[in-house]
Amino acid sequence: MSKVRVLVGTRKGAFVLTSDGKREQWDISGPHFPGWEIYHLKGSPADPDRIYLSQSSGWHGQLVQRSNDGGQTWETVGNKFVYDGVPGTHQWYDGKPHPWEFKRVWHMEPSLKDPDTVYAGVEDAALFRSTDGGKEWQELPGLREHGTGPQWQPGAGGMCLHTIVQDPSDANRMYIAISAAGAFRTDDGGVTWRPINKGLYSQYIPEPTAEVGHCVHRIAMHPSRPGTLFMQKHWDVMRTDNAGDSWQEVSGNLPTDFGFVIDVHANEPETIYVVPITSDSYHYPPEGKLRVYRSRTGGNEWEPLTKGLPQSDCYVNVLRDAMAVDSLDKCGVYFGTTGGQVYASADAGDSWNPIVRDLPGVLSVEVQTLA
Amino acid sequence: MIRVMLPQHLRTLARVGSEVTVDVAGPVTQRSVVDALVAVYPMLGGTIRDYATGERRPFLRFFACSEDLSHEPPDAPLPDAVVSGTEPFIILGAIAGG
Repeated sequence: MSKVRVLVGTRKGAFVLTSDGKREQWDISGPHFPGWEIYHLKGSPADPDRIYLSQSSGWHGQLVQRSNDGGQTWETVGNKFVYDGVPGTHQWYDGKPHPWEFKRVWHMEPSLKDPDTVYAGVEDAALFRSTDGGKEWQELPGLREHGTGPQWQPGAGGMCLHTIVQDPSDANRMYIAISAAGAFRTDDGGVTWRPINKGLYSQYIPEPTAEVGHCVHRIAMHPSRPGTLFMQKHWDVMRTDNAGDSWQEVSGNLPTDFGFVIDVHANEPETIYVVPITSDSYHYPPEGKLRVYRSRTGGNEWEPLTKGLPQSDCYVNVLRDAMAVDSLDKCGVYFGTTGGQVYASADAGDSWNPIVRDLPGVLSVEVQTLA
Repeated sequence: MIRVMLPQHLRTLARVGSEVTVDVAGPVTQRSVVDALVAVYPMLGGTIRDYATGERRPFLRFFACSEDLSHEPPDAPLPDAVVSGTEPFIILGAIAGG
């Protein structure tokens, strides 16, 4: 029978939650690296027991851990993230030039094919790659240096590269997203990049349709349709069907189109999930009701999913990397909250149960479906 | 033999107790002691000094012989009691975070 392993990064350590395919009884392992912020951990699609983990603290900076046994034991690997050449400047909050400074790794994205190759999205925004299992890291400088970098500006959470999406049909194509610069695509394995923000409208920036400057929160793709992407932007839920060449809004009847997470059903490429959040000023759900919204039409028409979720006095947030799906039938959907709950649905969102209720604030959730 | 006391998280990371010893060739300074420490415990690389600047991380302090040496030049000689192993070189996490 299949198994599911849920990898949870929190403000105070990592947790590994495992269950069989029924997804009713869960074993909890952790905290791993107690006291450290674990922004993200993710398993290799090519070797599920290989997991990469981003560990950081204000005292000791950034570390990277690697597991070769599914998160039971860990090995400290390389943490030297040095920008290529003289990194120059981006814009600071006041619009003045500010030097690029490495702060932390927000997102680890293992290669689809090679367990020893892994990408790291960092703050200040840049993309790094390791091809030796995380021992050594090299920047892919073509992103930061493609031309618009000096115009990038941090969002409220910092100028982070938080999303890395690989095209399973084309090893040379990859998408990334930066707050608050926007989305970018490479078609040559990361050597050259271009902004793909046409169709995004951000009314709070001086030029609402600018080439860069959009606060993209998260991008999701179904592997069977790599040219279709879904985006949760600071405001607006968007989709593209031409690999980011143009986007259109699909917020439809959502109660608010602000939010962080977005994900796609593993077996239905037009079924997508978001968690609406009241606004950028109120980082909690509208009316104190925690609702996942599902669209079975690729956007525009949305239904609230509430069964098993708190429908009063709930004021948690769901951060950008804190939703994931398994690939079982029925598809499992998982998300974690800043209140420390990890909710799971074993029926594609129709009903929910908490796997755990009292973890530290959840920063990320990833899921592995194991044979 | 130089004695070095580590803060809690670095002990866990290096899988050691509160105090370790390192051999330092040449002058015993903040820089040479941390260099020797990281050579023996490479997982501590970047956790005490920033890779990009080479400077002490802002929320860490260096103490020895009841003195805060954090703002001494990194190549200044450490006290004789540290050199002789009578006193430890202490790496301390600042109390921060509200």
